Amino acid sequence: MLKDITLGQYFPGNTPIHRLDPRTKLIWVVLYIVALFSAQWLLTYGLVLGLLIAVVALSKIQFKVILKSMKPLLFIILLTGLLNLFYTQGTPLVSFWIFTITREGIFSAVFMVLRISMLITGTFMLTYTTSPIALTDGLERLLGPLKKIKVPVHELTMMMCIALRFIPTLIEETDKIISAQKARGADFETGSIFSRAKALIPILVPLFISSFRRADELAVAMECRCYHGGEGRTRLKELSYRRVDYIVLIGGLLFVAGIIVLANLGL
Amino acid sequence: MRESCAISVEQLTYDYPGSEDTPAIQVFEGLDLEVEEGSFVAVLGHNGCGKSTLAKHFNAILLPTGGSVHVYGLDTRDEALLLQIRQKVGMVFQNPDNQIVSNVVEEDVAFAPENLGVPPEKIRRRVDEALQLVGMYQYREHAPHLLSGGQKQRIAIAGIIAMRPKCIVLDEPTAMLDPQGRKEVLATISRLNKENQITVVLITHHMPEACLAGRVVVMSDGGIIADGTPKEVFSQVELLRAAGLTVPETTMLLYELRKEGYNLPLSALSVEECAQTLRAFLAEA
Repeated sequence: MLKDITLGQYFPGNTPIHRLDPRTKLIWVVLYIVALFSAQWLLTYGLVLGLLIAVVALSKIQFKVILKSMKPLLFIILLTGLLNLFYTQGTPLVSFWIFTITREGIFSAVFMVLRISMLITGTFMLTYTTSPIALTDGLERLLGPLKKIKVPVHELTMMMCIALRFIPTLIEETDKIISAQKARGADFETGSIFSRAKALIPILVPLFISSFRRADELAVAMECRCYHGGEGRTRLKELSYRRVDYIVLIGGLLFVAGIIVLANLGL
Repeated sequence: MRESCAISVEQLTYDYPGSEDTPAIQVFEGLDLEVEEGSFVAVLGHNGCGKSTLAKHFNAILLPTGGSVHVYGLDTRDEALLLQIRQKVGMVFQNPDNQIVSNVVEEDVAFAPENLGVPPEKIRRRVDEALQLVGMYQYREHAPHLLSGGQKQRIAIAGIIAMRPKCIVLDEPTAMLDPQGRKEVLATISRLNKENQITVVLITHHMPEACLAGRVVVMSDGGIIADGTPKEVFSQVELLRAAGLTVPETTMLLYELRKEGYNLPLSALSVEECAQTLRAFLAEA
């Protein structure tokens, strides 16, 4: 179950999408979300979906991976779809017992499911095609101006980078603890939700303790490697903003503007 | 304090700070130790003898309560020298997972030079060199969590090498590794010492590892009880046993035979040396 989590995973590659500056991609994700939520009807949805499909194809990320990333959220997606299907007012099509399916309901359900799936896929494309270091680096540069008002930007991005680094390590550790507790007769599969939640305590306590120990050791190891905050730090891979990035960025702005105009026309 | 000294410890005492109901614990009682530049020193001792605490003094992670520690002539208590000291003396710890900062191998190795403000093109060269030295160059774009323990520990060593230190202190670097990983790491350490003239201090409680060193220092209860070449130290069987350490099997065999009245020397460390000693003895008899 834990192996299914693809959050923050990175698939190395050398496609045009991979080569884009992380700052461009970060801004693009924001623009994409704006476009997605402005989309109104068939044409605008179609355009955003077409763009997403083009990006996925260009990045050579397998479709299988994207479906897998959707799996943990399947329940929420389906629930939203069903709620929209039955609770939208409009011209009734079918009616049984207390349920009525309306024409508007079908459209709104389809659009809602599309919107959530596209939101997930779009944002996951960012982490799939950008190495966490490049991502945090880009974020640090984008948020750079906030340093002037004493926001600890470097520290925050460093924390994010380390958190991403430790996700697989902690997942592995959780698996080990679960096996160890099962070997001692712990029962995680039966009983009410309440008793199953309670059964998680013997997993969480050792996990927390070991995380604190890891944090402590990591801090000492980082100090041993002369870490002293963001001041005077250089980078192995300096970010450089190329012409392609400017073009893609301007393209993104035009795309969003276009979508908003079309959506206002009710398309 | 001589110039050829990589690390020089004089009359060191250290108190672990106590709390309201527990008094402070004093670890050393005026410990003296000098590590020659370019040497390979193993520090042996059972758990809780103070060997890790001592190691943490070598690059100013801990500061002496009394006495002094000098690293290449730099006093560790001088805060202005902190980065210089840590750049000169690198430290590798037991758990490779808790030393790796990044999820790409080469980015992790670049961490220390990045902190030191080395220009990007020079970082690239240092990273490539360091990865080649530990034999992990072909894994430079891998994710560390998919590597074996021995490989991860070699990445951690490369991360230190990239700082271009003069001395590396390794605190039980093989304790969490399987035999294969242990072999890889030890071979890497020996090579760095012999070919790159890096001073190595290896903290361990594993006897065969200590045999690789040119000098063995045995610690017990915060003091040094034996200091010399591996042969000199391991022939002192009773002393090692009193310190809670197990003697190498070869030495143990010769020691037992000697107790039975056979006049054998105790200096054989490897299995081959031991066999030769026994063979020579049998031929004589």
